Amino acid sequence: MKFGNVLGFRIWNLKILVLCLLSFLLIFLPTIGCQREKAGITVAGSTSVQPFAELLAEEYMSRNLQSHIYVQGGGSTAGIEAVRTHAANIGMSSRALLPEEKDLYAVTIAKDAIAIIVNTKNPIQDLSLDHVRLVFSGKIKKWEELGAPPHPIVLVSREEGSGTRESFQKFVMGKEEISLESLVQDSNGAIRQVVSNDPHAIGYISLGLVNEQVKALKVSSIEPTLANIEGGKYTLIRPFLFVFNGEPKGEARSFLEFVLSPPAQELLSKEGLVTTLKLSGK
Amino acid sequence: MEIKEKVIEKILLLVALSSIAVLALITFFIFEQGLPLIWKIGPKAFILGQKWIPSKGLFGIFPMIVSSFLVTLGALSLGIPLGLACTIFLCEWSPPSVGTVLRPAIQLLAAIPSVIYGFWGLVVLVPLVRNYLGGPGLSILSGSVILGFMILPTIISISEDSLKALPPSYKEGALALGATHWQTIWRVLIPAARSGIVASIILGMGRAIGETMAMIMILGNAVKMPTSFLDSARTLTTNIGIEMGYASGAHRQALFATGVILFIIIMLLNSLAIFLSRRRTG
Repeated sequence: MKFGNVLGFRIWNLKILVLCLLSFLLIFLPTIGCQREKAGITVAGSTSVQPFAELLAEEYMSRNLQSHIYVQGGGSTAGIEAVRTHAANIGMSSRALLPEEKDLYAVTIAKDAIAIIVNTKNPIQDLSLDHVRLVFSGKIKKWEELGAPPHPIVLVSREEGSGTRESFQKFVMGKEEISLESLVQDSNGAIRQVVSNDPHAIGYISLGLVNEQVKALKVSSIEPTLANIEGGKYTLIRPFLFVFNGEPKGEARSFLEFVLSPPAQELLSKEGLVTTLKLSGK
Repeated sequence: MEIKEKVIEKILLLVALSSIAVLALITFFIFEQGLPLIWKIGPKAFILGQKWIPSKGLFGIFPMIVSSFLVTLGALSLGIPLGLACTIFLCEWSPPSVGTVLRPAIQLLAAIPSVIYGFWGLVVLVPLVRNYLGGPGLSILSGSVILGFMILPTIISISEDSLKALPPSYKEGALALGATHWQTIWRVLIPAARSGIVASIILGMGRAIGETMAMIMILGNAVKMPTSFLDSARTLTTNIGIEMGYASGAHRQALFATGVILFIIIMLLNSLAIFLSRRRTG
């Protein structure tokens, strides 16, 4: 009796032990495999840069089949933080580095314009920079003051700390504050979604992400086109940065080199960004 | 054998403790990161401050505390009547065949990811509110309705348990005294199960206050004191969720500090729920 119990207990014990071992193996084996085979690099940060980085990574991987580039969002600051802690190899930032971040190595991969967008049903085509500022500071509250059918204006802005918001603040608002009444969305896509659904909304997003769902306004009669941006007429532009912890090495370096190469820059240009080629030529 | 049992007992204890250790770690880090900022600007300025402008060093979360409670209140005013009606029907009237379909369906409500609720709300509910009631549509009202559905499973399952736990003699006695079925439910069963029902409501409240993803999508996230149910608002959780990606320095600490306040509120609610449900047995 006692022996049987003991044996049963031992077998049970052994089973548990084997199960534990097996589960550990199941969890850890694939990761060991990953580390050996895929020497991938991680690119993380600004959600404004993300779609372009994804495009570049795809193109890069189709040329270098051995390479793996993982693109993640998270935000400019999160990306910079991730580079600092080596959680990511490359950080994406849609704003210039802050003074306390200057120890990191930043490369401008392109410049991007910020477009003021409204719903496609909105009859307004053109706003002066002053009007945009008055609207976003909450001093103009109704569309009729701008010549559109009467209705309260629905402001859509980005969250505090966003690279797009910081650039908008700098180029459009100056010392004025963006109204606290404004709705806040946490990505370009979310703002586009809200503006495309609400006929009375106005927002600002990366020009590269404007599509047929929304309408980009002329600012002080200047249309946000590549020609106007390159000619220096459309002034709402900000840098897109790749941020490294020290000199880029290995895979990260070759990806950066690819991004700065003419074919990749042409790709970015097609997507509506202002490329470094044009900038350096100017 | 004694030794072996002891060893196993100790191992299990260790496993059990490790899950509590996670809670302790989370608590420690939230407080460690958040408290310094609360002390620096003063608990009163932080909790009762009206303005949240991190770029100017203004961290007042009072509008968010108010919004959190308004959204929760709205959710409860929809969730309690619906949940109670559903519970009473399930316990007292539903034929077994209906119950077997209804119960899993209600449980399924809890299994739907909150981002799906948010998406549904954004696409279906928000335009309805905007077109028929006015305002931007992204509003406390829309958020409350979605949250009201999200807390239904919590309210129904716990209050159903407490109704079922009543001794059958209560019901039999009431019916024998000549009370109608409805009188029995309303005057005898519900009051007798009151503490469990209240606990279910408070747990639902905790769920409502803690919900983040769906609220980011539906509330519009404006940082202002809401003046009507059609206004956009930002709750404590969405404040953290929406700004986390880009926050650094004091701004980041302020988000942790928001977490501290949220943590305290939820702790109070859960303690209240535990206290009330214990009283039932005592």
